[in-house]
Amino acid sequence: MSVLSDEQRQRIMAYLPRYPRKQAVTLPALHIVQDEQRCVSHEAIREIADLLDLSPAEVNDTMTFYGFFRGEQNPLGKIRLWVCRSLPCMLRGGDELLETLCDKLHIRPGGTTADGKISLEFAECIGACEGAPCVLVDDEHRMNVTPDNVDALLAELRS
Amino acid sequence: MAEFEPVLLRRVGKPNSQSIETYRADGGYRALAKAVNDMTPEQVVQEVKNSGLRGRGGAGFPCGVKWTFLPKDHPGPIFLCVNGDESEPGTFNNRILMEEDPHQFLEGVILACYATRASTAYIYLRYEYGSSFRVMQKAIDEAYANNLLGRNILGKDFHLDVFQHRGAGAYICGEETGLIESLEGKRAWPRIKPPFPAVEGAFRKPTVVNNIETLACVTHIIDRGAAWFKSIGVPPDPNNPRDAGSYGPKLYCISGHVNKPGCVELPLGVTVRELVDRYAGGVWKGRKAKGCIPGGLSMGFLTEKEFDTPLDFNAPLKAGCLGLGTAAVIVFDDQTSIVDVLYNSCRFFAHESCGQCTPCREGTAWMLKMLERMRHGRGRIEDLDILKGIADSIGIIPGTTICGLADGAAWPVKNAIAKYRQEFEEYIRRGQKSEEPTLAAAH
Repeated sequence: MSVLSDEQRQRIMAYLPRYPRKQAVTLPALHIVQDEQRCVSHEAIREIADLLDLSPAEVNDTMTFYGFFRGEQNPLGKIRLWVCRSLPCMLRGGDELLETLCDKLHIRPGGTTADGKISLEFAECIGACEGAPCVLVDDEHRMNVTPDNVDALLAELRS
Repeated sequence: MAEFEPVLLRRVGKPNSQSIETYRADGGYRALAKAVNDMTPEQVVQEVKNSGLRGRGGAGFPCGVKWTFLPKDHPGPIFLCVNGDESEPGTFNNRILMEEDPHQFLEGVILACYATRASTAYIYLRYEYGSSFRVMQKAIDEAYANNLLGRNILGKDFHLDVFQHRGAGAYICGEETGLIESLEGKRAWPRIKPPFPAVEGAFRKPTVVNNIETLACVTHIIDRGAAWFKSIGVPPDPNNPRDAGSYGPKLYCISGHVNKPGCVELPLGVTVRELVDRYAGGVWKGRKAKGCIPGGLSMGFLTEKEFDTPLDFNAPLKAGCLGLGTAAVIVFDDQTSIVDVLYNSCRFFAHESCGQCTPCREGTAWMLKMLERMRHGRGRIEDLDILKGIADSIGIIPGTTICGLADGAAWPVKNAIAKYRQEFEEYIRRGQKSEEPTLAAAH
């Protein structure tokens, strides 16, 4: 039983003409899989390898280098909320924000809420320092997030 | 002094600034038409060389000169890789350029490919820049629809494809060969140079890697001419034969303990003090600055007394910093502990070290552990010399690593201990502790 859907396979194959070598489609393929499955399972690694004429070890090597990707033992929740902890954010209360979120969500960085909705992580500089402290909701910036206004954000993510 | 009229940021904040219609109505793609109709690729390269444009990604290498490293008469393909991996803490100017005025930079991409005869351009974009990705894709699609990309651009024998390639959260992908390895689908371990990417790069073919702001400058250089670009900025220091000058407008990011963090465009050479007091509303809460990072975290520190240092390619080096870097200034006030600031820096680099080279992998981890021990009240005075010893031994400057991440990790340690030694010693002697999270400056 294939882990990758036909639609996912087609989307991965659509990347092939862009590059001289199939291996270059590894990151796009990993993103396509994790976006939906919320992790990249061993079986998905085997299927990606198959599509790209690679060994599963090569795909695994790439996948595990980037902390972005989750294995099947620790999948992401529906939304990944990542809080910047680099210097400009730290200077304007980023560490307090992360601590506040840990308290409100009852999880530590790396964990997922019990209802599976929100995964909390810290991030290194996400490039929105003019709005420090800032966070990412998946791949969208939210600036000027503080312990005082974070409840509104959480309500939005939970709805 | 007259206010500088923005060039790169001119359209930012205007309605519909991302669309091709807005861009064209403002004179956009005029430079590309000039290049493909009236100039040879070699003439475009020469114009960029003449302008004195130096890369804005951190290394400051002369852009036109780098283009000449491509082998002549190569059968191809030749690739352009755009470095959209902006990850240096404090830096966000390329995000603004992409999100707010994508065609300005895209035109620079097309011009660079015309000049270098590249047939495919890959925009390596950090995953965290989701809005930039979506805005850029729309702009790329608009360009294809308007005969500015694809086959026979503007009716000429010039063909180009532009693809975006999203990263996966690794700072080392901002290193040009780390970027290339990641593009190729592998772990982002930088390559030993030589060979340089211009000779053997992506997929083993000649490759040019350029920063986004650099390419946006190319658009204006072809539009208005090299002489115009050279009229802005700072000429070479006559006492430094190695100084290639600091020409053109620069986007300065300013963040941290200032009243108005943001991105401002000025001729190269503004001082930190002017930037903070005149453009960023001064230090917040009526406080005084203790110091700043002058060019992204890797560049080290300037103390408040050094705030009259001009931010060009030359002066920060004279003040003991690694260079101008990304010209991203991060200010911290006099109530901030330098130990907390350096801890944050060490934590960042230890996390982002790719692990390939032992001195960097182990050295960044050791420096972090020592800062952690110091913040738990168990620092020793001799730690300061040990930290300096580690910092002096890791990097391409001492010749012990493949890439410059280690130099970037080391410089804040070197500068902090040299410039704030007394504060470190007092902290250690008092057995002071800092709690997680750092409460240093939030109140």
